[in-house]
Amino acid sequence: MSKLGKITRRSFLGFAALAAGGVAIGYYFYQKPHANPLDARKAEGDAVFNPYVTISKEGEITIITPRAEMGQGTQTTLAALVAEELEVSLDQIKVEHGPASAAYYNSAMFMEGGPFAAFDTSLLAESARETMGVAAKFLGVQVTGGSSAMIDAFQKMREAGAAARTILVQAAAAQWDVAPEGLKAENGVITNPQSGESVSYAEVAATAAELTPPSDIKLKSPRDWKLLGKSQPRVELREKVTGAPIYGIDVELPEMLYATVRMSPRFGANVKTHDPAPALQIRGVEKVIPLSSRYGHGLAVIATNTWAAFKGADAIKVVWEEAEYPADTEGMRRRFMAALNQDASFSLGGSGDPKGVLSQTPEDRHLEVTYEVPFLAHATMEPMNATAQWRGETLEIWCPNQTPTMVRHVCASHFGIGGENIIVNTTHLGGGFGRRLEVDYALYAAIVAKETDGRPVKVTWTREEDTRHDAYRPMAVARYRGALTEQGNLSAVDVDVAVPPLFKKVVGRLFPDVPLAGPDKLLLEGAYDQPTTIENRRYAAHEVDLPIPIGFWRSVGNSYNGFFHESFIDEAAHKAGKDPLAFRLTMMNDEEHAPAKGVLRKVAEISEWGSPLSEGKGRGIAHTISFGTWVAQVVQVDVSDGYLTIEKVWCVADPGIVLDPANFKAQLISGAIFGLSQALGQEITFSNGEVEQSNFYDFDAMRMHQTPAFHIELLENSPHMGGAGEPGTPPAPAALANAIFAATGKRIRTMPLSKEIDFT
Amino acid sequence: MKLTVNGTDYEVDADPEMPLLWVLRDILNIKGPKFGCGVAACGSCTVLIDGFPVRSCSQAVADTEGAITTIEGLEHNGNLHPVQEAWMRHAVPQCGYCQSGQILAAVALLDETPDPTDEDIDNAMTNLCRCGTYPMIKAAIKDAAKAQGA
Ligand code: FES
Ligand code: FES
Repeated sequence: MSKLGKITRRSFLGFAALAAGGVAIGYYFYQKPHANPLDARKAEGDAVFNPYVTISKEGEITIITPRAEMGQGTQTTLAALVAEELEVSLDQIKVEHGPASAAYYNSAMFMEGGPFAAFDTSLLAESARETMGVAAKFLGVQVTGGSSAMIDAFQKMREAGAAARTILVQAAAAQWDVAPEGLKAENGVITNPQSGESVSYAEVAATAAELTPPSDIKLKSPRDWKLLGKSQPRVELREKVTGAPIYGIDVELPEMLYATVRMSPRFGANVKTHDPAPALQIRGVEKVIPLSSRYGHGLAVIATNTWAAFKGADAIKVVWEEAEYPADTEGMRRRFMAALNQDASFSLGGSGDPKGVLSQTPEDRHLEVTYEVPFLAHATMEPMNATAQWRGETLEIWCPNQTPTMVRHVCASHFGIGGENIIVNTTHLGGGFGRRLEVDYALYAAIVAKETDGRPVKVTWTREEDTRHDAYRPMAVARYRGALTEQGNLSAVDVDVAVPPLFKKVVGRLFPDVPLAGPDKLLLEGAYDQPTTIENRRYAAHEVDLPIPIGFWRSVGNSYNGFFHESFIDEAAHKAGKDPLAFRLTMMNDEEHAPAKGVLRKVAEISEWGSPLSEGKGRGIAHTISFGTWVAQVVQVDVSDGYLTIEKVWCVADPGIVLDPANFKAQLISGAIFGLSQALGQEITFSNGEVEQSNFYDFDAMRMHQTPAFHIELLENSPHMGGAGEPGTPPAPAALANAIFAATGKRIRTMPLSKEIDFT
Repeated sequence: MKLTVNGTDYEVDADPEMPLLWVLRDILNIKGPKFGCGVAACGSCTVLIDGFPVRSCSQAVADTEGAITTIEGLEHNGNLHPVQEAWMRHAVPQCGYCQSGQILAAVALLDETPDPTDEDIDNAMTNLCRCGTYPMIKAAIKDAAKAQGA
């Protein structure tokens, strides 16, 4: 407890603060493994090896991949980690999300929760990581996010496969009365090369599962990998090209009812008056009920089909209370500007005396610019939904979610029941992007199911509800000041970012009773933690008080700071009359920043950076390290016909180790498109205390005709492993804005860029 | 009301205004067509009616005439449609939620234009994919065109 308490509580705010602040736990419990959740649900004759591997009586091998498959390919690569060591091929196994369990806690996501750059290997940073890892186990949060699945699983899931294989071989050896060392395991079959005998895993599974695996598991050398490091076909590919009912919205249960919600369009506001009569007249509508929880207040309509529920929700006459925050975006912006001009809440990663240097530098070598990004919705393709059923005191939930243990935690605390009374089934997710780290949809379904006399009910949100009740990527405003030396290098950078406290808001919703204090690094990540040798620097956060629900949006703080920081570096380069690539390279060292230089040089090479372009075209460059992966991008645009076309994107990433190249590249493309989409017109704005946008016609994303050609390369020089799902997002909007400047001389500092330039 | 879906005839008792999408999903339990927006803005609910792509969320069931094909109806004697095969080869789907709609839109495009140019693809493939699988979709369509002998 001492180490936990000191480091986490005093020095920074992170997930570990929860463990330190909420529960006192002894070392004994840390040593003790979590119970294997598969023991509780195993069928007669199943051989359960560990929380990741079971073999049924019929010989079916199941691998549990406890991270949510939301498109990022996590299930395939996680299964490959186990299969590689288990010595089975991917078509020999069945892959499942598995039950909600603390045994599937994610320590990697927690380990990077401290305010340190990914390449910081100082004693403080390393011991903080270790502490956070320990805390993760106490908390037992099963979560998919932070691009952390592979980093978390790389060791433990390979070990799970190796452990199972080892005892399978031991069982065969015992059966044949030979030494296990001489036997070979391959494709689910154990052979004795001496005698030519062979036996399948299924045949020895039952006896093997009784054995205890040795504590010193030896893993294969990467040289011997058959699956890892090579592109694998996705395990769920066929289901996804045949329209299989694998998503939450497809759940179908006997006697099931259908419902939808109509929540207050003003956050936190209650229903003033409502008249359900018009809804109840609609064919199929059964009930209109009030719905109140920590997530908000409103009404739910229960019906015999989804359409009737939608129509019913629309028909209710309802008057809502007023909002307790500025009614429109302009009023909110004033809060951001006010916060920016007040004392900073905290700062991170500073050095030297930037303010002193700035005051001594002549005006003509100064830069001072302000950037702004709006609130953004996640807009997952599958709208929020969940299905719930009460059987007495037992609640069962089926839903697409990124954190089944939080679904359980929030429902348990709402109803005041024990978590053991709640079963959570995680379906496939029609997109996550951080939205499904929230669990409002699951709680709503559980509340609605209280009204259906034991029948299951599927609660599907309309797109309008989904757009207008998100946990949004926060609005943020940043002021960057810089000073150039006579030689045209940055000698000082002074950064102020105004944004609502992101981590506190998210965790505050999940654990309202846990006091949170300390710097919230999510406000500054993507700025303070970037590779730079600028001597005098300051990165300060100004927390904005605004009760709009905000959450983790693909790449989180990097999604805004990446745009600000990399736009600013570009502006400074142009002011200094230098090439933006060369300018960046001179501000990085050859040791810990080497991977950044590597990706920048490579992206310059493949994009033919610096080669002449015809009139009306321009290229922009940007680099961000996020979630441990270094990513450099070059975007090329064309404005020759008066409209902006994004022609091509070159992207080079270095995650240290690439486990599945094709999937990693697909994630980088996906991440870049996600980042570019916001530039094309995405914004969530307010009037009358309500979100103004409601559907894809006013909150759209990139479409086929706007999509550039992509050229992706992967490097493996980084000394640590990085993630795949998010790092493609942060540099993209900055590279685009920088390209627009190169093509037109126009600097756009406000998102969406479409406010100042027309896209095709 | 009578409907023919994937070669099977159904007699449906529903609100005549109910969009075809919800009749398919909630009444006939055909879950391939997905709900994305409900206002014809995303295409995840795309089905074919007599071979033409239709956004089934915005088509009242009572107004539906013709043979309906959903993603479930593309397989033939246990074999995937060549467009589905191409989708497999190019590992197109990420979350996969938009892909029934994308595949059916591509089937309709290739029926009309067996050897589409980039511009044809841009014009025909207007469905939203929030995961950004467009480059893979484009490659798969061209590959399917080749495989179908264009
Ligand atoms: S659900 Fe029909 S077009 Fe979006
Ligand atoms: S694959 Fe996810 S929306 Fe298209």
